[in-house]
Amino acid sequence: MSSSAEILSQAFTLGYTYTRSTGPIVGQFLTALRDRKMVGIKGSDGKVLMPPVEFDPVSAQALSEFVDVADCGVVQTWSWVSEPRKAHPSDKPFAWALIKLDGADTPMLHWVDAGDAAQMSTGMRVKARWAEKTQGLISDINGFVPEATTLSEDYQTNEAEEPITGIDSPSYLTYNFTAGGATARYLAELKKGKLVGQRCPSCENVYIPPRGSCAACGVATTDEVELTNKATVESFTIVYIPIPNNPIKPPYVIANLVLDGANISFLHLLSECKNEDVRIGMRVEAVWKPEEEWGYAMENIQYFKPIDEPDVPVEEIGKLKKGGR
Amino acid sequence: MRDVAIVAFAQSDCVRDAGARNEVELIMPVLQEVYKQTGINSAQDVDFTCSGSCDYQQGAAFAFVAGVDALGAVPPIKESHVEMDAAWALYESWLKIQMGQAESALIYGFGKSSPGELPIVLSQQLDPYYLAPLWVDTIAFAAMQARVMLEQGLITEAEMAEVVARSRQNASNNPHAQLKGDVSVDELLAEPEYESPLRRHDCCPISDGACAMIICTVEKAKEWGKPYAVIKGIDHRIETHHIGSRDLTQSISTKQAAEAAGVAQGPVDIAELYAPFSHQEIILRRALNLSDDTKVNPSGGVLAGNVMMASGLSRIGEVAMRLINGEGKRGVAHATSGPCLQQNLVTVLEAQ
Repeated sequence: MSSSAEILSQAFTLGYTYTRSTGPIVGQFLTALRDRKMVGIKGSDGKVLMPPVEFDPVSAQALSEFVDVADCGVVQTWSWVSEPRKAHPSDKPFAWALIKLDGADTPMLHWVDAGDAAQMSTGMRVKARWAEKTQGLISDINGFVPEATTLSEDYQTNEAEEPITGIDSPSYLTYNFTAGGATARYLAELKKGKLVGQRCPSCENVYIPPRGSCAACGVATTDEVELTNKATVESFTIVYIPIPNNPIKPPYVIANLVLDGANISFLHLLSECKNEDVRIGMRVEAVWKPEEEWGYAMENIQYFKPIDEPDVPVEEIGKLKKGGR
Repeated sequence: MRDVAIVAFAQSDCVRDAGARNEVELIMPVLQEVYKQTGINSAQDVDFTCSGSCDYQQGAAFAFVAGVDALGAVPPIKESHVEMDAAWALYESWLKIQMGQAESALIYGFGKSSPGELPIVLSQQLDPYYLAPLWVDTIAFAAMQARVMLEQGLITEAEMAEVVARSRQNASNNPHAQLKGDVSVDELLAEPEYESPLRRHDCCPISDGACAMIICTVEKAKEWGKPYAVIKGIDHRIETHHIGSRDLTQSISTKQAAEAAGVAQGPVDIAELYAPFSHQEIILRRALNLSDDTKVNPSGGVLAGNVMMASGLSRIGEVAMRLINGEGKRGVAHATSGPCLQQNLVTVLEAQ
């Protein structure tokens, strides 16, 4: 995690690991690709749509009549990518193109490996370059190439016979997440071993962690309020299920804790007690990690442990006075 | 259809990177501004709230729910959201008022595109079997569309550059614009190609920001006693996702929406068009059949700053505020979504 005076940010990759069912129409097209063949579908007006769609774009009628289409055709329009992005299918300059395959009446989108923009022109003929191994995906076409290009046909046949009915289509997007202004101020104090909430100027409620606004009043929280290490258990649960990637061994206690002086609770672990002794209203305090391990994270606090103070009556928890006072 | 009044509009500056501000911190200032313009205190003082945003932009799941923290939704309010540009949130709110279920509504849109690689993020809105797996991006589609038009003689590169030069010049008077200044057509044409045939300036910039609007019945606007413009017509249409079946040289869905919204029923003094790429402004002017007398994109349009999910609503707000300020009597605002102007919303507004 990098930090300047105010901006805390960290790169992360979000994975959408979807599997998708194809339905019969898309499935048949992808099954044909697996066999290095192209099929289009006849639209309501008899024209061949490529790639096939389930319903006619004009009449909305369900379509079902497949038509064999050649794996070569004509570029109808194109754009040249001189600096490919990491996600793009080619790491050297290439063209995106709408290509009308012989036997089809609408063009399909794919990419063309032409080496140089000067080799591209509208009206040029191109042919599919099939992947060495096919899987039943649009990427079984490893781009198109100018028709005169000689291709090695050292293909592996995909022996699968079952039609394609579903595909894995994971997508990973990388972001640079930036903590909000209020969160950044909170985290900067947390790194120093302090719990600092923010007070609503309207209702005077104190929020920790602060998110920049009072959700009840819709106004910015600006006043900072340093809070103590002591809290009250508002509610809790005992977790018996192992959570993937969580180093804590079950059973353990997760509690909603209201810090003294705050008006809303946050989640943290409870330890140094028997799980069966945990109760609503119990008084607890933060156990911090050694100072040299402090970072911009709530993990600076290892857990909360019980302290020898009388329980807070149930009816008073979470109903603290305005401003936590 | 009853007239619906626009009484308040506010937008943030378009900035390349809003830095530490989260969605709540982006939204709150524009909300406070429209409350002030209307003379109300909070979202509690309107009957309905609707927002437009897309969590994929910043990569934070349920960012649109977190955004509700900006509203003061205690006690609970009637609230809705569209995973689209907030122009469509306006449409939902307009319907609520037409149905008699609300007399007033707050609409806001926000977008923080800076954390991700926007063109690549947007590739994932496309067909998940045929297009998204190839990671074909928005710029590529716009470039292919521009080439079709150039090669068919429907536009020239000089006309595209003229659109950009006028945008930068108009934006000089827009304090919220990201790109502005005097630049000549010749200077623009001397720039290298970026994703051919597009040059970098033919593409809108990437911006962070937010905007907000308050609409209501005419009766309510009179009760509030604030100046307002009225929505006389609003309609939106979408074209097929099968890109090969579309005529990319024109915008049929814009034409249809314009007809339904009644654009041709009077002269158009001002038009704000959501054209993320220079050649698309030409397509839209033709689809809307605008005459040379119409002042197009007096704000500079989205080539001067494009907050995804807010820019469409901002087009409508720009026209409304200019009508309220007496810059014209009748205006048209346009919003778009999807590759090559796939979906289009057209609003006709009149000064009071």
